[in-house]
Amino acid sequence: MTSLFFEQCLNGLQFGLLLFLLAAGLTLVFGIMDLVNLAHGSLYMVGAYFAATFAAWTNSFVLGAVMALIATLVVGMVVEVVVMRRMYGRDHLDHVLATFGLILFFDELVRLIWGPGGLSLPLPSWLNRPVQILPGFQYSGYRLSIIVVSLAVAVFLYVLVMRTRIGMLIRAGAANREMVGALGVNIKLLFTLVFGLGAALAGLAGLMQAPILTVQIGMGENILILAFVITVIGGIGSIRGAFIAAIMVGFIDTLGRAYFPEILRSFLSKDVAATAAPALSSMLIYLLMAIVLIARPEGLFPAVRK
Amino acid sequence: MSGWLTPRNIVVVILIAGLTLLPAYVVLTGDRFALTLFTRIVILSLAAVSLNLILGYGGMMSFGHAAYLGIGGYAVGILAAEGVYSGFVQWPLALVASALFALVVGALSLRTRGVYFIMITLAFAQMAYYVFSGLARYGGDDGQTIDKRSQFAGLLNLENKVVFYYVCLVLLFACIYLVWRLVNSRFGLVIQGARSNEARMRAIGFPTYRYKLVCFVIAGTMGGLAGALVANNTDFVSPAMMFWTRSGDLIVMVVLGGMGTLFGPVFGAIFLLVLEEVLSGFTEYWQIILGPLLVLVVLFARGGIDGLLRSLSREKSHG
Repeated sequence: MTSLFFEQCLNGLQFGLLLFLLAAGLTLVFGIMDLVNLAHGSLYMVGAYFAATFAAWTNSFVLGAVMALIATLVVGMVVEVVVMRRMYGRDHLDHVLATFGLILFFDELVRLIWGPGGLSLPLPSWLNRPVQILPGFQYSGYRLSIIVVSLAVAVFLYVLVMRTRIGMLIRAGAANREMVGALGVNIKLLFTLVFGLGAALAGLAGLMQAPILTVQIGMGENILILAFVITVIGGIGSIRGAFIAAIMVGFIDTLGRAYFPEILRSFLSKDVAATAAPALSSMLIYLLMAIVLIARPEGLFPAVRK
Repeated sequence: MSGWLTPRNIVVVILIAGLTLLPAYVVLTGDRFALTLFTRIVILSLAAVSLNLILGYGGMMSFGHAAYLGIGGYAVGILAAEGVYSGFVQWPLALVASALFALVVGALSLRTRGVYFIMITLAFAQMAYYVFSGLARYGGDDGQTIDKRSQFAGLLNLENKVVFYYVCLVLLFACIYLVWRLVNSRFGLVIQGARSNEARMRAIGFPTYRYKLVCFVIAGTMGGLAGALVANNTDFVSPAMMFWTRSGDLIVMVVLGGMGTLFGPVFGAIFLLVLEEVLSGFTEYWQIILGPLLVLVVLFARGGIDGLLRSLSREKSHG
């Protein structure tokens, strides 16, 4: 019982960290370019498709993943140069519409290239075995490696944004992009790089999730909403907020689905509980969002805006 | 008199006449498909008109409007599954349920603005999607069929396709009339004032939050009505009708047609759905054309169809 609970906690952490990768890209792009990007989920999907394809070509999971990451980065930068660049400074509704158009485009393009059926990304045997992490407690090696990689990326992002020259420019660009441009920084290139970075993060989330779920069209659309909920809870534009909110959402969603039906059964009749539990447990994170909004309409860690 | 004869008004008159006379064309030519298509267009126009009230006139960028369609639809579907077929019960319940949902969502999301508002309305609609997906008793993910359309005590037979079309059309015109009365009333002026400068409206003493909330609930209720019509039209309800891309479609209709205009959403709905029919005739992958088209509209044709017609009118009056 306790080991099951422990496993569910680790699952929650793993899911939360994965969501963080998505939400970080979303919040970075919003915070710096003031851009609402619905097509972020498409980049997640594209990352997973690339990984499945490249891994099959090269017969190597790691090599496929690295190639997929680079390819998603390139796709992201192309999208920025072709479409997004024209969207800066426009109404949010314009962003919503244009990126909605991009979703339709990417979903259909993927259907055209890879066909309507999903792909699968098989794990190499060295990743696909349980690992003993405590005496008498084993956990999926792959999920553990997701946790490790995501944490490493979180640290990398923190160092990149807070401790490097490029991070300084990113933060300065978020505060006042005209001024940064006037000081001689190539702000266009900076934005292209940031958008590409966000895309690569989404692609990384997609390719890491791919072996657990199937790779299919529309896979990004479901998880995108969770990433939105996280950015809203954490405060739009705040990477720290996204991190904390993502872990919260990962835990609540995973533990809620695992234990909420039991909790419900303890004070409702069995039939009612069985009917209501799936519906209610999927509501939990939205309830969390509603509570946060009532208390702090700007999210938990609102980014300081100019 | 000549001030009225602008290209835009002529198109609106043709539109009203065309929609009204469509069943005659169907009876004459036997083109049943046109009736099916246009029933769908009229119902989605109604949904787009309701979204336009908050999006176009109120400046509230709701990305969760499909939820009201779903709730209105499920009110009909669930009652039908429980053996209640009377439209006098189903339809009011559809309206009340969607109004209550709009009240809760509006009360929470109107505390925020801008991109938060977009994401929160989106998230709440998605919550509704998952809740209805979890209702195994009513079909869960797959949805459920409705074996009988709403009964109106023998007054209206909705099973008759022409009667049903006219019911939808009358309701559409009624809602457009209601929106027209609303936006030209004091209430509507406050809403539009809050769209252009909310701080100023508050400074001169209007509790804009309450005004916007009432507007949000009215739009949600109309959306619920459209949902009850969708359920009757397809004899089927499923969570898919409130998936977030449906909300996106409605926004596309409003913007394509022209935001904050009376007939814009109807233009947009006709344009999008007819385009869908035409393009899907050419290629199975028609969305690969629609997607970039949307990007182009955003970049180059912000006023939508209504804006195009208006600029035609202006050229004419200058010339």
